Formats: sequence, structure tokens, C-alpha cells
Amino acid sequence: MAEARLRIEAAGPLTSLQDAGRPGWRRFGVPPSGPVDRRAYAAAVAATSGHATAIECSLGGMTLVAEGQPLSIAITGAVTAEVDGVEIGGWCAVTLPPGARCRIREAGGNWGYVAVAGLIEAPAWLGSTATHFLAGLGGGRIAAGMSLVVQDARGDLASFTIPQPPEAQPIHVARAILGPQHRFFAPDKLGQLDTARFAASARFDRMGLVLDGPPLPPLRVDMPSEPAVRGALQIDGDGRMSLLTADHQTTGGYPRIAVVIDPDIDRVAQLPAGAPIRLALITAEESVSLTRAAHDATARWLAQVQSQVRPRPPLLAANLVDGVVATR
Amino acid sequence: MTAPTFRPVGSGAVLADFGGAIDDDIFARVIALDRALSAQPPVGLLETTPAYTSLLIVFDPLLTDHTAVAQHLQSLDVPPADLAAATTHAIPVCYEGNAAPDIDAVAATLGLSTEAVIAAHLAGDYRVFMYGFAPGYAYLGGVPDALQLPRKATAVRGHKIGSVMVAGPQCLITTLEMPTGWWVIGQTPARVLDAGSEKPFLFEPGDRVRFTRISEAALHG
Repeated sequence: MAEARLRIEAAGPLTSLQDAGRPGWRRFGVPPSGPVDRRAYAAAVAATSGHATAIECSLGGMTLVAEGQPLSIAITGAVTAEVDGVEIGGWCAVTLPPGARCRIREAGGNWGYVAVAGLIEAPAWLGSTATHFLAGLGGGRIAAGMSLVVQDARGDLASFTIPQPPEAQPIHVARAILGPQHRFFAPDKLGQLDTARFAASARFDRMGLVLDGPPLPPLRVDMPSEPAVRGALQIDGDGRMSLLTADHQTTGGYPRIAVVIDPDIDRVAQLPAGAPIRLALITAEESVSLTRAAHDATARWLAQVQSQVRPRPPLLAANLVDGVVATR
Repeated sequence: MTAPTFRPVGSGAVLADFGGAIDDDIFARVIALDRALSAQPPVGLLETTPAYTSLLIVFDPLLTDHTAVAQHLQSLDVPPADLAAATTHAIPVCYEGNAAPDIDAVAATLGLSTEAVIAAHLAGDYRVFMYGFAPGYAYLGGVPDALQLPRKATAVRGHKIGSVMVAGPQCLITTLEMPTGWWVIGQTPARVLDAGSEKPFLFEPGDRVRFTRISEAALHG
């Protein structure tokens, strides 16, 4: 089968390879990792026939050059792209001719994804190519000068605009469940949780996103370390709130005042600096039914994305990126 | 003994909170519940994470919910865990030269000789309470009182993987090169995280650890 290469000409400091993640190892200090925006990642994979390892990028974007043979790719998340100087936007599947330079920039959020129609060669750790960024374990961080080998590469897919996910607009109200360490906060601070206005800050990485807002200092900071989860709203000693995301610490001694429900976590993590966010406290029962409903809606949408993957009609073979340019 | 409190943790987990402080009796109950769950898992169980005084139970919200998991936990038969019978690991440590950059400062701070610091560390009976911070960072409790000191005011870079370090009642063997405010008193050739191995993590939570002394030649040999 065909082998292509994807040369990384430029890459921001938070760029890495990710697959769907590595659950099952938290007891050994290993969070699941995987994409910070799981829906955008899944759409990119679905739009390129399904090989799990994709590139996650962030601040600074990245520049890719396909080499060896044409390579079909999908671009999703909070990014916009240009190919050889032609703006193609975001949420699209295109085919890069050999030598074509694809420049990807952040747009309206923090995390973007590029999946390719083919298998990116990457080391697996504990059965997954997801990168634990701090440790560098898994598929690995991506830096300028690297060249990724793509096995079973396809360059024959038709370009298409990838439909936006359900509730694609920036999230304004994140639903959360109080606790589990809410006992470390005074009642008036707990009362502020669902009335206060918070905002995304510019301080984020794969472990979390700092949220600006009223300080919510804990009553004590002598908590024995307790387990933590993705979505936890952790309060540091100064009362500053952070949302824990894909590479979160599995245990820690800062109290978590509340935990954002699964369907809302990644949408908060995508908020650009300054974007407002409020919290709505809900019950555990409500969180489960909302999570199930969101899962069903996401599955239907991903099936719709996948149904649009098809080979390019022969007549368009010479105009590789035109199909998407025309839609923008 | 009071029953643990079960608290929801977001839409896909429950925390069994035993309350109280860091001690072997509370921790034995955490491990006992962890083992009982492993023997009799509820529908939809994904994984568990033990810590000092609590156990996180992660479930698939498409298959079960907080109430069903809590009911399963309440109905479980939980035999006591005998932590004295836990697996004991002997970990060789070199306390000399470049392997122990902070040992003289620790001795000076505590008003002990360097040999007394080493003897105190070797005398400790350590327990793996939990992992955290990063893959393979196992928090060992059991540092003798005479060897307990607060962490440094600022983190220091450049410590090798396998650094043996202490802060307060805890001891840790590093698996990454990370800046740390803990005091590096030795270096071990043992690897708590061996990424390429079939069994990548050396310790299970609940295991015991004893340190043994080796020379610089043995460390590098």
C-alpha cells in the first residue's frame, strides 16, 4: 500500500499525537489523555475513514506539507486553514497534493485537529498512541522538523465541508454537580457558584484551563490528596478555579468544588481567553440523562459525517482542493 | 467504624470517602473496598483510583448511574484487608556523591549527621498509599519523624529519573525529569515506571517498601 509523509514545517508548543485515549490506568497516576476536544477529534477521524491517531494542535497552529503522494486530510476544531495561500476555512476534508503547504491557525478557541486518510506511524504506550504531554509518553509531542510516516495513505477522497457538531456555538452555561470536596468551602462561597460570572483565561494546557472569576478561597488547605477527574473545578490556595482536562493529575490535594458534566467539559476547554462562562448546578440523576442524550446526538452526527466520506469523482482529480474552496 | 460517604463526582464517578486523616487503618479500608470491587464489579465499572482516605469509582454513565453504583457499594461484602501481609519491595538506594545532592542540606536542617539521615531513611517502613501527579509517581508514607522536613521554598531542576526524595511524611521515587521542591537524598537503579515492560508499574497501592543501601559503583554498575 501507498506510503506518504507529512512533514511538520512549524508547530506550536502544545502539538501532539492523540487517539481516543488510554482509560484504565488512573490508579498508577496515568490519566486517560486523548483529545481535549473529543467531538472535534472524532469528527476528523470519521471524515478520513477512521484511523485513530490524529494530530492535536493549539496555540501557534502548525504548518504541514504532504510528501510522496496525495494525502486526504480532515481539519476540525477551533482552527482555520489555508493550502498554498488559498483560504479553505475549518471543519473540512481536503486532499493535499504532494508539496502542498497547509497552514493551520487557531480560530475562536484553543484546540484543533488534523486526521489523515491513513495510519500515522506512532509509538503506543499501554495500548494507546494518546500523548501524555508532560511525560511525553505515547505517540509523542510534535515539533517543527519532524516527518510523520503515513501508511496505507489515501489521496482519493472527495473534499467536503464537515457538518458542525450539535451545539457548536461557544458554551455560556456549563452544567456541573457540586463536590466532591465542597466541605472545604464556606456556605457563602458555595452560594456564589451558580450566580458568579467566570471567564476563560489565556492560561491553559492539556492538564487544564484557569478560569477567571471571584476568588473562592478554601477554608483549609490541609486536605489529604483525593482522586481527581476530568471536568473537575479545582480551587487552588488563592481561590483560583481551574477546569481539569485530558492530562489531569489523577490525585491531588486541592479541593474540587464541583465537577462539570461530561458533555460540557470539552466545550469549556475550547473557550478562548475572555469568553464568559457561568455554572448551573444540577443533580447526579440529571447529569446521567443529559450525558446519555448528548452521547446519542453525537453518535448520530458522527454517522452523518462518516456518510459523506467517498472517493472523488475522476473529473475533479486535477483540482484537489477546489471542492472546499468553492463552499466558503 | 462508620460507613463511607458516597459522593457523586461529575456525571461518571462516585467517591467513597472514609473521612479522617492519613493513617493505616483508614487506608486499609480504602484498599479493602478496592479489592472487593475488583472481585465483585458492578455493571458498567470502568476503573478505580485509591487514595489516602478515599476511593474513586469510575463508571460508564451509558450503562449505569450513581445510585446503582452506590447501592452496589453498600451491598458489597468487604473482607478486611491485611496490609501487613502486602507485597514488600526491596529498593536499592545510593546515598552518596552526585546521587544524593540534598543529603548534606537535609542533615544540616535537621541537625543530624549525614549517616544519621541515611540510617533514618533505611529504618523507615514505607507504604504505597497512592499514585498521583504524573505516571508512576507513587506516594510512599512512613518517613520516620526524625527525617521529616517541609519541602524547599522553590523547585529545583535537573534531577535524574530514579531520584529518591522526601518531603514531610512522604517519600517518592521519580519517573520523569521534573523540577521539584522535594529533597533528593539518593538515587535508585529501580524503575517504578518501566514504559516498555509488560508490567509497567512496580508497585500496587497498598504495597510495602523497604530501602537498602548500595554504593555508587553498584548504582552505575
